[in-house]
Amino acid sequence: MAQLRGVGIGLGVAHGPVARMAAPLPAPDDNPSAIGADEERARVQEALAAVARELEKRGEQAGGAAQEVLEAQAMMAEDPTLTNEVDASLAQGKTAERAVHEAFASFRAQLEAVGGYLGERAADLDDVAQRVIARLQGVAAPGVPDPGHPFVLVAKDLAPADTALLDLDQVLALVTTEGGPTSHTAILAREKGIVAVVGVAGAAELADDETVIVDAAAGAVTTEPSDDELTRAENRANARAAAAGAPITDGALADGTAVPLLANLGNPAGAAEAVALGAEGVGLFRTEFLFLSASSAPTVEQQRASYAELLAAFAGKKVVVRVLDAGADKPLPFLNDAHEENPALGLRGLRALRASEDILREQLTALAEADEQTRKAGSGADLWVMAPMVSTVDEAEYFTAIAREYGIRTAGVMVEVPSSALLAEHIFAHADFASIGTNDLTQYTLAADRLLGSVAGFQDPWHPAVLRLIREVGAAGARTGKPVGICGEAAADPLLAVVLVGLGATSLSMAPTALADVRATLLTYSLDDARRIAEAALAATDAATAREAAHAASDSQKERTQ
Amino acid sequence: MSEITRTVRIGSSHGLHARPAKLFAQAAKDAGIPITIAKDAGAPVNAASILGVISLGVEHGDYVTLTADGEGAEAALDTLSELLTTDHDAA
Repeated sequence: MAQLRGVGIGLGVAHGPVARMAAPLPAPDDNPSAIGADEERARVQEALAAVARELEKRGEQAGGAAQEVLEAQAMMAEDPTLTNEVDASLAQGKTAERAVHEAFASFRAQLEAVGGYLGERAADLDDVAQRVIARLQGVAAPGVPDPGHPFVLVAKDLAPADTALLDLDQVLALVTTEGGPTSHTAILAREKGIVAVVGVAGAAELADDETVIVDAAAGAVTTEPSDDELTRAENRANARAAAAGAPITDGALADGTAVPLLANLGNPAGAAEAVALGAEGVGLFRTEFLFLSASSAPTVEQQRASYAELLAAFAGKKVVVRVLDAGADKPLPFLNDAHEENPALGLRGLRALRASEDILREQLTALAEADEQTRKAGSGADLWVMAPMVSTVDEAEYFTAIAREYGIRTAGVMVEVPSSALLAEHIFAHADFASIGTNDLTQYTLAADRLLGSVAGFQDPWHPAVLRLIREVGAAGARTGKPVGICGEAAADPLLAVVLVGLGATSLSMAPTALADVRATLLTYSLDDARRIAEAALAATDAATAREAAHAASDSQKERTQ
Repeated sequence: MSEITRTVRIGSSHGLHARPAKLFAQAAKDAGIPITIAKDAGAPVNAASILGVISLGVEHGDYVTLTADGEGAEAALDTLSELLTTDHDAA
């Protein structure tokens, strides 16, 4: 056996045969054919027909809407216009590979020129082209594998387009060689509750069909596992499945310290699932969904209906609503019209709302009205409202004052910028609470754009610099008696959740699917343990050693209690 | 037997992409005779070519002209016209 290290997402463990997602093929070289046009034509005909039959076969297996798409792709492979273009290139002495590449590329350009809906067909076309060229070159076709049995998917990283094609019922676990804990793969794994270890550089060497154990709790992939190891993994997976069915209790530490576990939601429609998974309220309700598809802001009436639906779903519980967080990765035409060189550092979050204050006032009006409406109906929740991207004490004062004008009882701010973390005590002079957005706090602390793959390695909330800033906020909250919540991806990492509580977090909010693992982990440590584990992480010099130090401190804790 | 031509209005609410394009190109291929389709006054493309048909970018309500030549041209155009005027995405 050998262990490959990476960053685990959640606590799961799974084992099974590897299926690799092959990287896209490079464009074939434009060398003259060595075998002549007739031979090349025969090769093309064989490859096109084989790919078409393969796609049809997959279509029959898939059925439904997928079958329609796959049959359409099969027709693309044998398209007569395409064949004419290929023949013309072959007649000029090109190789089969190059002729196919050029013919597909020319159709792709036509589809892109038409634009709109047809852009999506361009991706279908690319997939066919890659399959044909792979067949001609005798290599595996790129894209999401489909070995016909459940598998451990090994990829560089997954793009949203890949995961759309992924049959999650067949995926035992995800392993990526790149990407960090906030990569698309990690977010997907958390949302769907899939066992995943990301950033496993050594996974590039894994071969198709080899059996591996993927242990997210340990952040490790075990190759050539022994029977004994496989049995233990199986037992742990079964025990975890049983724990997921365990009664749902309120979030608490082993010593009874309450740590409310809340849900991150982006739409009132997600409320039922969150409640079913034991969310004790909502720690982050993102209001962007109301705005993103609109070219103008939604009306107060539209907003009120959505907020009332949300509040009623959590009657009697805490609901933290974040006012519109536009800018950077979520530009809105009516708020951010100017081009910015550095949108993450630009007019975003509360800055943008302050520049268009009528939108903020309308949102607060709708929230106050929804609050009053649901209270009158007997389905009121405990509404808290917070502002995103607050970077100065003045902004905290501005927002909380304006929120109180509308009768918002509990007004707070998000701490996502180091300046706010360092001045948290002054911010608490105005804000009733703080909620730490760990994704943005990491981005701004490490000066690494969250959306830029080349600096994804910096985006790790375990970084001790980030943890120290969180400690500042936790300590300020304790001194002033103000709650400090966490609502970033970090709260969904069970051991990091323990560390955050040790740093002074009083509630944790996460994707609802992460609740069970975090709940189970919190129950195994006291507040003193959490503080000790946090100290170990704080003393580290980088994210990886902080994670290791916390693991070591938590393991020694477990041994003492056993 | 001479070439026959027919102009029809697209009934599919999503135009002639994806599923309707596939059904149309398949039917044109099955007809076994040369058939072309053109949008408005544009250049005709092989109706049996799904890529050609898709790249016309035909939308709901557009007019297209079908041209067929050969044995059974009349019947083939009847079938294809029927396909184009039906809303396949309504179901």
